[in-house]
Amino acid sequence: MTAQPTPRTPSPGAVRQAAPETSYTSPIPIRRTHLGHAITSEWTKIRSLRSTVWTLGIYLVLVVGIGLLVATKTHDTDYVDMPYTIPAFFGLILGQICLITLGVLVISSEYGTGMIRTTFTASPQRHRVLAAKMTVFFCVAFAVSVLSVGLVGLVTSRLHNDSSNRDWLDTVFKGSLYVSLLGVLALAVGSILRHSAGAITTVLALVLVPAILPAFLLIPHSTRPIGNKMMEYNAPNALAKIFHIDKGIDGGTAQLWVLAALTAVAVATAFALLERRDV
Amino acid sequence: MIEAVGLTKRYGAKTAVDDLSFRVRPGTVTGFLGPNGSGKSTTMRMILGLDRPTAGHVTIGGYPYRKLPNAPRQVGALLDAKAVHGGRSARNHLLCLAQLSGIPERRVDEVLGVVGLKDVARKRSKGFSLGMGQRLGIAAALLGDPQVLLFDEPVNGLDPEGILWVRNLMKLLASEGRTVFVSSHLMSEMALTAEHLIVIGRGRLLADMSVKDFISHNSADFARVRVPAIEPQQREKLTAALTGAGGQVLPEAGGSLRVTGLSLPRISDLAHEADVRLWELSPHQASLEEAYMRMTQGVVDYRSTADRRSGLQEPLPPGMQPLPVVPPAGQGQPGWYAPPPPQRGGTPFAMPRPADDGYGQDGGGRAGRTGPAGYGAQGSVAPQAYGVQAPGAGRLEPSAAAPPAPPASAPPAGAPAHDTTERDSEDRR
Repeated sequence: MTAQPTPRTPSPGAVRQAAPETSYTSPIPIRRTHLGHAITSEWTKIRSLRSTVWTLGIYLVLVVGIGLLVATKTHDTDYVDMPYTIPAFFGLILGQICLITLGVLVISSEYGTGMIRTTFTASPQRHRVLAAKMTVFFCVAFAVSVLSVGLVGLVTSRLHNDSSNRDWLDTVFKGSLYVSLLGVLALAVGSILRHSAGAITTVLALVLVPAILPAFLLIPHSTRPIGNKMMEYNAPNALAKIFHIDKGIDGGTAQLWVLAALTAVAVATAFALLERRDV
Repeated sequence: MIEAVGLTKRYGAKTAVDDLSFRVRPGTVTGFLGPNGSGKSTTMRMILGLDRPTAGHVTIGGYPYRKLPNAPRQVGALLDAKAVHGGRSARNHLLCLAQLSGIPERRVDEVLGVVGLKDVARKRSKGFSLGMGQRLGIAAALLGDPQVLLFDEPVNGLDPEGILWVRNLMKLLASEGRTVFVSSHLMSEMALTAEHLIVIGRGRLLADMSVKDFISHNSADFARVRVPAIEPQQREKLTAALTGAGGQVLPEAGGSLRVTGLSLPRISDLAHEADVRLWELSPHQASLEEAYMRMTQGVVDYRSTADRRSGLQEPLPPGMQPLPVVPPAGQGQPGWYAPPPPQRGGTPFAMPRPADDGYGQDGGGRAGRTGPAGYGAQGSVAPQAYGVQAPGAGRLEPSAAAPPAPPASAPPAGAPAHDTTERDSEDRR
């Protein structure tokens, strides 16, 4: 074995001896960061990914496409006691899956790729990052939903002039709020589970199982009350109430509150775990 | 300035980092060395607040990382070249990081130019090679013009031109008065880049000293002496004479002797007095790589074994003994990697204890305390004279005593093995 002394280049040594303990200071002043920075950053993140374009594109196609299809195939008489936005309901039932997927991906894709370490190194204030993600996602989801449901409502009202006696504007907001909250819930679950497939499955189960299970729970007498509650508060039924499918008058406000409470719990859990866990 | 005090991280029963204390000073490149799995990356993650230490703390400029008001402007870090969302373009990736700390957009284009990624700025980073990924990570670290920089294995996957660039970049950054902390498992790379070294093994501090001290303390000079190969008794004679004069003699592969503790003229005189002809008498210095390997050989977690291809061989007929594998002469002996450390019996390897501040004392004490388990035994058997190597080797801990027989020279046991290997190579053709 030939062992040669390793040559060393003596370049920064002289500088170090001249100034042993003076450290570098950037000429540009360092400013404290705030939530605004994180929101700008998250906006850049969400708009620079193809998954956003795909999920929101499919969402738009489902809500507007199915909505317009239903609007053209219905008659003026169908809108007695119904809001003009009712065609959008059928699209939303499917479209909510897109928002759930996007909500989960907003955070879990960072865990999946390792980007989260870069993000949390750039902003060690983790809660700020999560808050910004939720804010940006909610705004995007809500805006897209209001636009698409509103568009369907507008087109339907033109097609079926003066056949509805119901105000439809509140259904636009309530419906959009419901699916957007569902997306935020998905984001929170994504942050808790940190795994795309796991989180999407969990939220889909949360949406679909209460819609399927009452069919079995209503058979035995003892479980019938649980079955009834599930039937009343499951996600598809909540949307149906918001769009007055059952011709009721409450408009799904109670269901909206249940979802809001559930989302709040998930968000609180996500924040609590975020600060404690290693990434 | 990075300062770690009693840093400890446990994952269940496994202790990844154990009571680590060190200081990384501004104005120099500090190398952070250790074998795979020694806790380098865990330490880096704890410095960056990604992992929470089980005990102890680490601060940057007096702040814990997570309390920094604008972290990217103060600390730049390259942790992992693949810690990027592959679906985002290089420019957008840097842009979202810049916006997170209020850095203007034009700075993004600037650093893209610095790391040479301008042409692929709009390409999605999914298609980047490892080297391009490293460059993107370095760009992210430089974004905020920070005074502290951490790089985890920055030259991984870079081409020679890129390695040279990183080396010069780090020196430049340090010469500007920044704190540069670079982890690597390549001693040779660190010898060219770093001025100060922090070596860890199994999560414990092994050395905290300047590269200069590391060389002078751990790679003492030795002389290579060769006597005519046809006269083995001459070799015995010279060995006896040199050992009698207080030198340490180790036989090397190829029949030469490795002599420490005696100056070249003295060796020549002794040979002359013993009436031994010399064919070679040359000064050598054990490389830093050797010193480093000697230091860490007791703490290497993942060690490869020679591939004997016994899984491919037909079982030996009953009663037949496999041929013993003969290690190449000299290798695997105590002190093969480098001559024994200057001071014997005390610390396992040279660790200066400067009394300028309390810290150095502390670090030295730590290394001394952790030492005996790993190296104490080796340190005491290292000055073995030629001729009594067999019992010496027996006393060594098994991992160090096992001869690292290179697969190429390991003779396949038995004739069937020979056939198998030949067939193997034919198949490949």
